[in-house]
Amino acid sequence: MPTITLNKDVLEKLVGKKLALEQLKDRISMLGTDLEKIEGNEIVVEVFPNRPDMLSEQGFARALSSFIGVKTGLRKYNVRKREKNYKVIINESVKKVRPFTACAIVTNLKFDDEKIREIIQIQEKLHIGMGRDRKKLAIGIYPLEEITLPITYTAKKPKEIRFVPLESDKEMNGLEILQKHPTGKDYAHLLEGKEVFPIFMDTKNEILSMPPIINSHKTGKISEKTKEVFIEFSGFDYDILSKGLNILVTALADMGGEIYEMELVYGKKKVVSPDLKPVEWNLDIKYINKMLGLELSEGKIKELLERMGYDYKNKKVLVPAYRTDILHQIDFAEDIAIAYGYENFEPEIPNVSTIGEEDRFEEFKSRIANVLIGLGLLETNTYNLTNKEDHNKKMLFEADVVELENALTKEYSVLRTWIIPSLMKVLSENTNREYPQNIFENGIIFKKDKNAETGIAENDRLGVALCGQNIDFTRIKQVFDALINALDLKYESKETEHSSFIPGRVARISVNDKGKSKGVAYIGEIHPKVLENFGIEMPVSSFELNLTDLYEAIKK
Amino acid sequence: MNDIKDLIKTLHPLERRVAPLLRQTAIFSELVKKSRLKDVEVMRALQWMQNKQVLKIKEDVKEVLVLGENGKKALKTGLPELVFLNSIKHKAKLLDKIREETKLSKEEINACIGLLKGKASIHIGKGLVVSINDNGRKLLQRGSFEEKLLKKISGKEVDVSKLKDEEKFAFENLKKRKDMIKPVIKKEWFVILTNTGKKLVTSNLGPEKTIEQLTPAMLKTGSWKNKEFRAYDVKINVPRIIRGKKHFVNQAIEYAKRIWLDMGFKEMTGTLVQTSFWNFDALFTAQDHPVRDLQDTFFIKNPARGRLPDKKLVETVKQTHETGWTTGSTGWKYKWDEEEAKKNVLRTHTTCLSAQTLTKLKKEELPAKFFALGRCFRNETIDWSHLAEFNQTEGIVVDKNANFRHLLGYLKQFFKKMGYEKARFRPGYFPYTEFSIEIDIFHPVKKEWIELGGAGIFRPEVVKPLLGIDVPVLAWGPGFDRIIMEFFNINDIRELYKNDLKQVRKIKEWMR
Repeated sequence: MPTITLNKDVLEKLVGKKLALEQLKDRISMLGTDLEKIEGNEIVVEVFPNRPDMLSEQGFARALSSFIGVKTGLRKYNVRKREKNYKVIINESVKKVRPFTACAIVTNLKFDDEKIREIIQIQEKLHIGMGRDRKKLAIGIYPLEEITLPITYTAKKPKEIRFVPLESDKEMNGLEILQKHPTGKDYAHLLEGKEVFPIFMDTKNEILSMPPIINSHKTGKISEKTKEVFIEFSGFDYDILSKGLNILVTALADMGGEIYEMELVYGKKKVVSPDLKPVEWNLDIKYINKMLGLELSEGKIKELLERMGYDYKNKKVLVPAYRTDILHQIDFAEDIAIAYGYENFEPEIPNVSTIGEEDRFEEFKSRIANVLIGLGLLETNTYNLTNKEDHNKKMLFEADVVELENALTKEYSVLRTWIIPSLMKVLSENTNREYPQNIFENGIIFKKDKNAETGIAENDRLGVALCGQNIDFTRIKQVFDALINALDLKYESKETEHSSFIPGRVARISVNDKGKSKGVAYIGEIHPKVLENFGIEMPVSSFELNLTDLYEAIKK
Repeated sequence: MNDIKDLIKTLHPLERRVAPLLRQTAIFSELVKKSRLKDVEVMRALQWMQNKQVLKIKEDVKEVLVLGENGKKALKTGLPELVFLNSIKHKAKLLDKIREETKLSKEEINACIGLLKGKASIHIGKGLVVSINDNGRKLLQRGSFEEKLLKKISGKEVDVSKLKDEEKFAFENLKKRKDMIKPVIKKEWFVILTNTGKKLVTSNLGPEKTIEQLTPAMLKTGSWKNKEFRAYDVKINVPRIIRGKKHFVNQAIEYAKRIWLDMGFKEMTGTLVQTSFWNFDALFTAQDHPVRDLQDTFFIKNPARGRLPDKKLVETVKQTHETGWTTGSTGWKYKWDEEEAKKNVLRTHTTCLSAQTLTKLKKEELPAKFFALGRCFRNETIDWSHLAEFNQTEGIVVDKNANFRHLLGYLKQFFKKMGYEKARFRPGYFPYTEFSIEIDIFHPVKKEWIELGGAGIFRPEVVKPLLGIDVPVLAWGPGFDRIIMEFFNINDIRELYKNDLKQVRKIKEWMR
């Protein structure tokens, strides 16, 4: 989750009130952000991904200030009328590659190192979170004095685009940037295979940038001298771009900047940007109170909404233009609850009667475990994930395993198809522990099966392994026999072959399921070669029983 | 004196064998020899007597000398340098001739020359003719310190710390030579008798009249009558039995299950592999949400895709994502892709089971409560605080009158039953809940808050498409492993599934 680093002094100044450290910690947590740490003047806060507007010092301070009741209600931001040339012409050619942009001009800025760093931080956080690493949204900020308005947003063949990218001293064409420039390489996948690449260009045909990759070295770098900037957001959904732009320009306005509107010319359609008009929502107070379990008056609800930065007028909520997280009335209910304080709700269990019920099969598995524990066996608990080395190679048995697409390590890269390999692994890791080691596990196994919803059938299996001196076929069959007797079932054993077991000492066991014989288990002495592969120097005998099938046989 | 009589009554046959011998020796190995018992039997007898304040067992660790391979050889044939000297005792000889006569190896010859020159005992003349001098003759006459030490070692145990000066000198020299002698650490036990002990060992123990083990034969014949039973030391430590046992993680899971059942919840189960549809889409998690990235979630390579449920449900979920459908929501405003929803994943939460349960639930069955406790997965590098597999406890309450305060009530009750009196709730965020909360519990011993995970009320965008109506659904899914670790004092999460049998056998039972 995204985090931001705040300067305590700056924060206090923006909030308009000093809080004692403990109180500050508490308020930050109860506002719905996760306090990571406070060290000296540095505060690190985790912001939930639904609130990108809180990813700047200004945005965070705005929310905190109203939450603690210093400056409540909707913040007003003035958007000044545009000059005639404050215009961005969007050429049709961008439709194929990155169709939309939302833009603004901000003036009266006073930058210093600190502020420039702050702006870069906001830009990066928006890129990563809301922008999904520049895919959905990419941001460009340019010093106005270096460019000549109006601007054109257009797309050209990569080789026809030539400019000196940021942090470079050589002119490159569009393709070269993707191949050679470090930032170009990082984001090349976003333009790969496109016939044309998008660019922003000023009236003198000076290229400002090639979104979402990089700005021009000449026009795309703000410095301490910069007083006025042109800002563009480019992407695929105008609403998202517009919200993102609002987050950035309001943060700049909180730094003292003045926002100017621009005209965006989409062919015949003309749009004025940014649009900081609050969005109006109806509010059903009865619904809100029902969800909260409270009986708040309309006046109280108004007060609480104001504490979360909204206005409430004429039965309508006015939502700030930078809020991206309001999809439904329920979102107001939560914000009202936060303002009311989660700590102030009285927990209650309603007097509603329902009947508890354990899953029958889970109960069955638990009973099986109890029988085995009664026989002196120790239950283990292993991973469902394993690897082909342990699961197939060491077991001398080639199982068709389900593989993961993106395993981080080879060690946990496939799903098991039977339990005994997991038990062998446990025994191999306990050779320095006291013997006998008689263990069992109820676990899930995974097999490819076209009939299953996911194409993978999951079964519950019981694996038992006895390990120690004098362990043989008789001993394991005694355990099996005791278990099956406990379930009041009859079974039949037949000779079979299985490469993990000693030939002549392995059997297939079937039970009677409604008149039909059904194979449910393998039982036998584990092959010494397998023991050698696992580094086990004691004999092991083992069985694996399909509990899913066994349960079917028992159900009347 | 009565004390001693009482004491004699409690003596085990092994103790009776060893006790009189303590008059003769206090050394353990001697006791073993004299008693003709096994080491462990003597030791057991001594330990029992120690418990009875008869004696104290002390351990004596010393370094003793043992002959090496070459040392044994030297004892038989003499030390090479003395053999060398002997061969030239009467006349000077050519080196080759010496080698031939003494049958010493080339290396030994070289070593001898170095050694004897060092002791100024020989002279090497022109043409490699070697002659003995006065020093050499003296050496032969009195024998070397080294030879003497070797002889001493072969006769009896030699304690390194008790060597005389010349022996020390010889020891240092022999130590440098290959395989001559080896210092070995030797442990020996000896016994110091207490006053009671001194009395005991000189007492007449009398004939053994007491019964040791009660046998079926004694019961049949009644021969036990009129006899005394030897009194046991009831405080004695007994060897531990390896017992059958439920794995401690499963004990905790069973306990938690029981709580949900007591609170009237019905168990949900389901598969570990799920389509993205159930794991994400049905839970209103946008298809470009970062949680659906490769670095967070395990995807299946083959079969990579599964089947979607019935068309009507899929269409409703699609519309809810895109426009909010009839839920009163704006939706996520993007184009929903069916193929993305088909992707198989290892479930990242048990919440997918809640989604499936809502789909099957009928209106007449409300209000209803369900729980699940199960394994989930996340694509994480495994270290002391992270696992790729973890346990979650899931719960939902479907009730048209449910509200936020009820959510807090159920959770508080559950954690109280788990042993945590104090629970705290903070605002949180999950794509499928609104309200969303983070649960902290207060650790009564450590006096600190522990973060456990999330809960909330399902968004209408989740409930209405699945259930058909918009009813509040309280939902939670806090992680369970932290609680297990706290209870069993485990600091490294990997230990939960390490299956170190020593730990699994030894760890306490789950009890609240």
